[in-house]
Amino acid sequence: MSEERSLPKDYYECIEELQAIDFVLVELTLYLDTHPDDLEALKQYNTCAKKRQELKEKIEQRYGPLQEFGNSYSSYPWKWATTPWPWQI
Amino acid sequence: MWLYEKKLQYPVKVSTCNPKLAKFLIEQYGGADGELAAALRYLNQRYTIPDKVIGLLTDIGTEEFAHLEMIATMVYKLTKDATPEQLKEAGLGAHYANHDKALFYENAAGDPFTTTYIQAKGDPIADLYEDIAAEEKARATYQWIINMSDDPFINDALKFLREREVVHSQRFREAVEILKEEQGKKKYF
Amino acid sequence: MSTNRKSYHPFASPHDPCPPQTIKTYETPPNLYLGFQPPGLEQFPPFEALKKGTLWPALYSPYSSPYKDDKKG
Repeated sequence: MSEERSLPKDYYECIEELQAIDFVLVELTLYLDTHPDDLEALKQYNTCAKKRQELKEKIEQRYGPLQEFGNSYSSYPWKWATTPWPWQI
Repeated sequence: MWLYEKKLQYPVKVSTCNPKLAKFLIEQYGGADGELAAALRYLNQRYTIPDKVIGLLTDIGTEEFAHLEMIATMVYKLTKDATPEQLKEAGLGAHYANHDKALFYENAAGDPFTTTYIQAKGDPIADLYEDIAAEEKARATYQWIINMSDDPFINDALKFLREREVVHSQRFREAVEILKEEQGKKKYF
Repeated sequence: MSTNRKSYHPFASPHDPCPPQTIKTYETPPNLYLGFQPPGLEQFPPFEALKKGTLWPALYSPYSSPYKDDKKG
């Protein structure tokens, strides 16, 4: 039997917010790899890194760990290896 | 080591069950200019390239795995609930006979992935020029798939991936500039 | 600003079996023109950057099928 479960709208919004801030971080990372002396870009990178850390913690409190191997905390029972996985949602 | 994060790099939505489109998309999964080839190519080059560009190869190589997961998501969703009959009509009968709905690292013609898609010359300029060419070829593949697809959601994600090829090509071009710079001079900024 | 698409008119023979495409196009994205990216370029806000696939308008290369453009304008 297939199990259809709907996720709250808030989950999709949270993930997309994280995708947006992380995308800025990906772009700044590649840029800084070839522009290591650009101080303004570096400051922006660090500001965004702090914001993404806060957002990650907020999402994890609501929906469980985003990362494995000790980079996220888990409540009981073990929440990491549970659905949904990113390709399923 | 690598860390996994439980999210896609970009939201992937699919309008309709469409195994025919999945057959085309698999080109970017296990094809010569696909995301797997890209990730393996860049990460493999890191060991024998000047230190100044190792970071860039690491980061672009890592991002390619996120793109591989986006393509896998599209293929998975496009075929998830298709019947064997639908797969047969989509030209995926031979795939089904061997793999059911399992994803397989193959190109759109069904050729299995091969490491001969990836060169490794050990010459920094030759390797970076290969990377630039790989990005332009992947960009072209995305264009050809967009030209055949009428799924607006898939096209939205494919346009994102196409744009990433443009940005990666830009960074590899900058890496060449960094390596060819006369030593002891600072040309930029 | 550079243009993203160029076109040319290929030779058409009266003996061509398919109806000739009188104009053919190819893409010329901004990475071909930008050179080493200068610092301080204008940026898209985060959500728009994600949608566009780049943080910088100077690197943004819009794309849509040239075949569909022909029919729908």
